Amino acid sequence: MDLLAMLPQQLLFGIALGTVYGLVALGYSMVYGVLMMINFAHGEVFMIGAYIGWGVLALLQNAHVGGLNPVWVLPLLLLPAMLLCGGLGMFLERVAYRPLYRRGATRLAPLISAVGASIFLQNAVMLTQGARMKVYMTHLLFPADWRFELLGVSVSYLIVVMIAVASAMMWGLHLLVQHTSLGRCIRAVAEDREIAQVMGVNVGLVVGMTFFLGSALAGAAGVLVGLYYTQIDFLMGYSAGLKAFTAAVLGGIGNIRGAMLGGLLLGLIESLSVTFINPAFKDVIAFLVLIGMLVFRPEGLLGERLADWRKV
Amino acid sequence: MNAERLRRVGKAALLLAALAAPIVAPNEYVVSVLARVCLYAMLALGLNIVVGFAGLLDIGYVAFFGIGSYVYAFLASTHFGIHLPTLLILPVIIGVAAIAGIVIGGPTLRLRGDYLAIVTLGFGEITYLLLLNLDRPIDITGGPNGIISIDPPSLLGLVASRNVHYYYLFLAVLLLVLLIAVRLRDSQIGWAWQAIREDELAAEAMGVNTTVAKLQAFVIGASFAGVAGGLLASWQRSVFPDNFLLQESINILAMVILGGMGNVLGVILGAGIIVVLPEAFRELALYRLLAFGLLLMVLMIFRPQGLWPARSAGRGRKYLDGAASAGTPAPGPSTPTR
Repeated sequence: MDLLAMLPQQLLFGIALGTVYGLVALGYSMVYGVLMMINFAHGEVFMIGAYIGWGVLALLQNAHVGGLNPVWVLPLLLLPAMLLCGGLGMFLERVAYRPLYRRGATRLAPLISAVGASIFLQNAVMLTQGARMKVYMTHLLFPADWRFELLGVSVSYLIVVMIAVASAMMWGLHLLVQHTSLGRCIRAVAEDREIAQVMGVNVGLVVGMTFFLGSALAGAAGVLVGLYYTQIDFLMGYSAGLKAFTAAVLGGIGNIRGAMLGGLLLGLIESLSVTFINPAFKDVIAFLVLIGMLVFRPEGLLGERLADWRKV
Repeated sequence: MNAERLRRVGKAALLLAALAAPIVAPNEYVVSVLARVCLYAMLALGLNIVVGFAGLLDIGYVAFFGIGSYVYAFLASTHFGIHLPTLLILPVIIGVAAIAGIVIGGPTLRLRGDYLAIVTLGFGEITYLLLLNLDRPIDITGGPNGIISIDPPSLLGLVASRNVHYYYLFLAVLLLVLLIAVRLRDSQIGWAWQAIREDELAAEAMGVNTTVAKLQAFVIGASFAGVAGGLLASWQRSVFPDNFLLQESINILAMVILGGMGNVLGVILGAGIIVVLPEAFRELALYRLLAFGLLLMVLMIFRPQGLWPARSAGRGRKYLDGAASAGTPAPGPSTPTR
């Protein structure tokens, strides 16, 4: 009875969490689409985004800027995080992955290199920022009483903003991929890299831009998650990255709509298992979903393009 | 012929050095580091079977290590009040680890390299979370507090108590494991693994039962890790879930890759380096992982075959590089090359 009363509230949390997972999942999905590799360091890019947002917010607070209002502060947090994370993603691609796939290394090498990049970034953040968690001053932007009642559910404006920002970004990405020439190039490279190159697509640039876009979205997601949970640390990228990857696989990796759907589903699964099963086992359930999905339907829910292992 | 003899002399010298090491070691601490090297070399040899021989990337390998440790802890501690002799526990550990290998390996057989990696990662995480959380409602694993007061290993009435004892015990098991690994590599199973690693489709076409061969790799690798886990529990006299974090899997993987995938002596060298280096640079401990991540990236770019690659020319390199090192132009991943 009590549990049932919590259901709408938990569904709302699930949706909020899910849209953010979806944002991170898009990065995995796009990179997988063009390179057929899992960018293990993507979770770390997300974590660094959260740190950048935290840093900007702390700067604003220390400068005693009055009248902090989400209308102008939020873009001020999101933009640097997105630009810097996007740049970081491009840099990673250039130094850690491109030398490998240029050479034709196809199986283990890029994955191990990505694991190395992930460990490196984690520890770089730990060494420069300290191992203790950082606290987001969310209440400066969104006071705790900024909420309204909807169908008996208490909705904070923060959640509304989160969902709105994440959805807008996904929509923007969708438009970009479907209706611009860069998007057409990305789709062409994903379809067949060599043919795209023959057709005059600058493959290196397109792959770099794909990393930029995916990493920028991850950076934005990092800021949103930081605002929502108010605590961040240098290890947050690992489990978030794993969840987002699960979301990408769930929806069908390489598929943009799939990543959004997968994110939503995973967010809901997680918040429901916290309510109805046992909070301690929420990650176990998420991983079981991932394994079940990979084993029984590796192409994902919306997967059109099953990556054929024969091609690797 | 001469090279062969030289190799043999070299191996004998290595063995003698390993036997004499604790006698010349200046203190107890050095002996404990050496014992740790032996323990991790076992793990590296086990993972080498899965990753190096069969080419299946397993990033949740530490799960088997943990399972072995906890089985030993269950059967030889005050936790459940069971105190079985070590020789009786080892077969149980091997059995349980092998079953875990089938459970994890079974569903993943159809998956490609990177999907397989993620599934094993997921299994590794699940194992850790279960070890951490299975203390309520019934206390099975002791939760975050782990299991303490574990019995030391005993053999024919001899009970290990000092690090030297453990060193020789671990060295003996390591040599046994090494022997098994070499015999396996040169057996029909080993050839099947290597065929799968080079080209799964071709292996299948040549009549290799890839399903069975992959399961064998998982099961044998798992039992090596299980035994190593049991030895760890008996040495630490306690086990905690945090002994079996993902980090540990990556450490073991790094030993295999750094040393030279597929080469048994190479991965032992890798284990030695990865265990000893951080001990040697204790004051730089904070920067250890940073350097480690960088090392993995640099290694993949400049020397993907590892420090001491398998003897057959460029075996590891070819494996990592696809067709590129064979002198043919590099095909893009999306090109059907076969």
